[in-house]
Amino acid sequence: MRVTCTVNGAPTVADDVWEGESLLFVLRERLGLPGSKNACEQGECGSCTVYLDDRLVCACLVAAGQAEGRDIRTVEGLATADALDTVQQAYIDAGAVQCGFCTPGLIVATDDLLRRVPEPADAEIREALAGNLCRCTGYEKILDAVRLAAGRRSAAAASGEPKGSAR
Amino acid sequence: MTSSSRTPPGPARAGLARAGLARAGLAPAGPAPAGHASVSEQADRGVGASTLRPDGTLKVTGEFAFSSDLWMSDMLWGATLRASHPRARIRSVDVSAALRIPGVAAILTHEDVPGRGRFGMEVLDQPVLAATEVRYQGEAVAVVAADHPETARRAVAAIEVGYDVLTPVTDAEAALRPDSVRVHPDGNLVRHVRIRRGDPGASADVVVSGSYQVGMQDQAFLGPESGLAVPAEDGGIDLYVATQWLHVDQAQIAASLGLPEDKVRLTLAGVGGAFGAREDLSMQIHACLLALRTGRPVKMVYSREESFFGHVHRHPATLYYEHGAASDGTLVYVTARIYLDGGAYASSSRAVAANAATLGVGPYQVPNVTMDAYAVYTNNPPCGAMRGFGTVQACFAYESQMDELARRLGLDPVELRIRNALREGSTMPTGQLVDSAAPVAELLRRVRDAPMPPDQGARSGPDAREPDLREPDLRELPGGVSNTTHGEGVVRGVGYGIGIKNVGFSEGFDDYSTARVRLEAVAGQPVVTVHTAAAEVGQGLVTVQAQIARTELGVERVVIRPADTSVGSAGSSSASRQTYVTGGAVRAACVAVRQALLRRVAGRYGVQQEELALSGGKVESTSAGVIVDLAAVLGDDVIEETVTWRHRPTQPIDPDTGQGSAHVQYAFAAHRAVVDVDTELGLVKVVEITTAQDVGKAMNPLALVGQIHGGTAQGLGLALMEEIQVSGGMVRNPSFTDYLIPTILDVPPMNVDVLELADPHAPYGLRGVGEPPTISSTPAIVAAVRAATGKALRRVPIRPDDIAGL
Repeated sequence: MRVTCTVNGAPTVADDVWEGESLLFVLRERLGLPGSKNACEQGECGSCTVYLDDRLVCACLVAAGQAEGRDIRTVEGLATADALDTVQQAYIDAGAVQCGFCTPGLIVATDDLLRRVPEPADAEIREALAGNLCRCTGYEKILDAVRLAAGRRSAAAASGEPKGSAR
Repeated sequence: MTSSSRTPPGPARAGLARAGLARAGLAPAGPAPAGHASVSEQADRGVGASTLRPDGTLKVTGEFAFSSDLWMSDMLWGATLRASHPRARIRSVDVSAALRIPGVAAILTHEDVPGRGRFGMEVLDQPVLAATEVRYQGEAVAVVAADHPETARRAVAAIEVGYDVLTPVTDAEAALRPDSVRVHPDGNLVRHVRIRRGDPGASADVVVSGSYQVGMQDQAFLGPESGLAVPAEDGGIDLYVATQWLHVDQAQIAASLGLPEDKVRLTLAGVGGAFGAREDLSMQIHACLLALRTGRPVKMVYSREESFFGHVHRHPATLYYEHGAASDGTLVYVTARIYLDGGAYASSSRAVAANAATLGVGPYQVPNVTMDAYAVYTNNPPCGAMRGFGTVQACFAYESQMDELARRLGLDPVELRIRNALREGSTMPTGQLVDSAAPVAELLRRVRDAPMPPDQGARSGPDAREPDLREPDLRELPGGVSNTTHGEGVVRGVGYGIGIKNVGFSEGFDDYSTARVRLEAVAGQPVVTVHTAAAEVGQGLVTVQAQIARTELGVERVVIRPADTSVGSAGSSSASRQTYVTGGAVRAACVAVRQALLRRVAGRYGVQQEELALSGGKVESTSAGVIVDLAAVLGDDVIEETVTWRHRPTQPIDPDTGQGSAHVQYAFAAHRAVVDVDTELGLVKVVEITTAQDVGKAMNPLALVGQIHGGTAQGLGLALMEEIQVSGGMVRNPSFTDYLIPTILDVPPMNVDVLELADPHAPYGLRGVGEPPTISSTPAIVAAVRAATGKALRRVPIRPDDIAGL
């Protein structure tokens, strides 16, 4: 079948998609966007977290056909050409990246959290990221990264700057 | 518009695997050098600095090429048929129906393995593909290559295997009895390690004995086993794979393919965590066989369920301990028997048993030791390396014993430990002298004296003055927002634990690493290129390698080449050894480059070589200051040195007494755990964990603390939730739905206190970091739950039933 959707702002078509494929498979293997990860493929780990029409989903649980006509944003769509997103830079600066396999999903989930709750308390951060497994960090530096990103976004908003940060 | 119109697989991605790998590994480790980098700027990014990861940007943008992300336009997908029984004879394998499925390119069985049919880290006992018998559920029987992963899966399902099902051997202790069925022809004992020290008949005022059990823990790395095998024009193969040790893979793959090693070239693809589970082969030989047979690139990616069958696990163990002490608490003797269930194949069980035995009394001075550790074959899932490697099981037992001894003696548990603490100058049960810092007592004091978290429910806020009216925050209570308690039945407990780990490979193993370091001027600026085969698995080795090069050569810009087999072996990224051993090799190669350069400068400028140093991209003299820019000295020349570096040798242990200086370095961490337990429902909320660890030298404090956090969290998982449940040899929970690893809600705030007591034998004085924090967080948490409940809790993970007594 053919799947037509918008991915990271670009109209996109995938042809010869087998009906049993997930959105995750189409993104990774047909559209050249392997940033969303394949750690469990049953919705338990959050490594494939993407936006589907501005709502967080596990791309592994979305059938390819369900993406028809929808707007999808992946981790690849967060940075601009010349700057990382504030959340991405904060993950690097806080030491929240080790092996990095969980990182794309956590970054998308963090972006969603901070868009809803600009200055979350720790308990809110933990609740929002409870669906994203990380095996390397013990989450402490992920909490640091979220706090850092929240602080930087708030500061940028207060001074009227765009949300990106120079690489 | 992005478009794709190919039959599967047909992504529109332009990049080949090689391009992706280059992106993963070739990124310069720093920004382009400024014109006049100062000494202080270098120091900021050299050894001891919290330099950021060079691969961080690629990892946060999704561009980093993990082994499961690789892609080539004409590639096939591999899949594996796995045994559905833990023990069975194979009567027949019929692939005819599977071969008729459109899109299937090849199906291979044991008859198609051209070279050695078996592989193994220490013992060649595991079939590449099972021939006549399967010895565990999930053993590989056949492999398929097809044009789409679903086609490959359907072909696997269409292969018909005739089995004569046999009764599996599932109890490690029973497997050692003479009348037991044999898993392998030579019997079920993989190794028996004996430690005999002092008087075996010593008696003591107080005797405490107990038996303990540790469940089977999974490494549960997030990036599944995967890789891409590409057939080469010379008849060889190029394999891009996530592994912990490229060269040991290369040797095993070449033997089974029947190819010389130089025809089997490995490049490290992005590794999504390891923790020991990538030491043994998984899909490597299979993908290469399929690629060579079909003449096309073959990609294999395990699903999460298959991953549970695709790698070895932490040995489940049963441990019997007896501690004897004088009435003042001084340890007199320890007698112990440890049974480690190695499952169907040996993997690294021999070394795991040696660790359990040689480190089995913990970081304590014990004059009389009788220790027997057995690694045993069964038809359970194979077990091998996991972070902590044999010391985790022993630590749960000996620390539980120390707590029980303290209780019996009426002593504070920390005080009892301090009274018996190992220290520099102590002798191990193996007779080995502890010849560098062993701050066991100090680490214990530090976690004991750290500030305690606020009492349960003690929060600030407008209603804090009226404690009886406060609504508790459910998120801080056991059970969380499941709303299982508002504080009733919740009891707080505090527990302590400390562990000991060997760093590096032991027992006389030739444990070396190789580094190639190149210095040249590029566009008028000095650039260092570091090339090793050492596996970056997330721990940050690429960062530390670049830091070492900056410090040793005074150059800001460092490029870390992708790890591959075109340079000598680096040994394994395991045993907390890589910063020590590959770090040592990189430093040694840098020193060789520096000497070659300074020799040239000394001759050219007529100065003494001894008074020259490199700093800020310049050659400086202690007497005359800056002499010349590095780039100017180099011109178009390249200085390159390759060095193989070894730590000081270790010795085998005596097979009868276990005596011998088997280990190169010891490492220690201590934990204090604070928990709240819902004693009615058996639910545990870990409130806080404090860790103190001696690291010798903090090479990169940011990354180091991250290692301590992560290791501590894995120990929390073993204490409270993680177990592969095996019944009759069958795995009952191979998924992240049923095998639970800690989430961000399960892991509490973790305080880390780092000591830096230099080890004079090690590069920069460093001490291996990765494993110690995993070892003692488990017993500390269990001790805290015991303190809250009064339950004996002799098995991990603790189940709610164990607490609630249902």
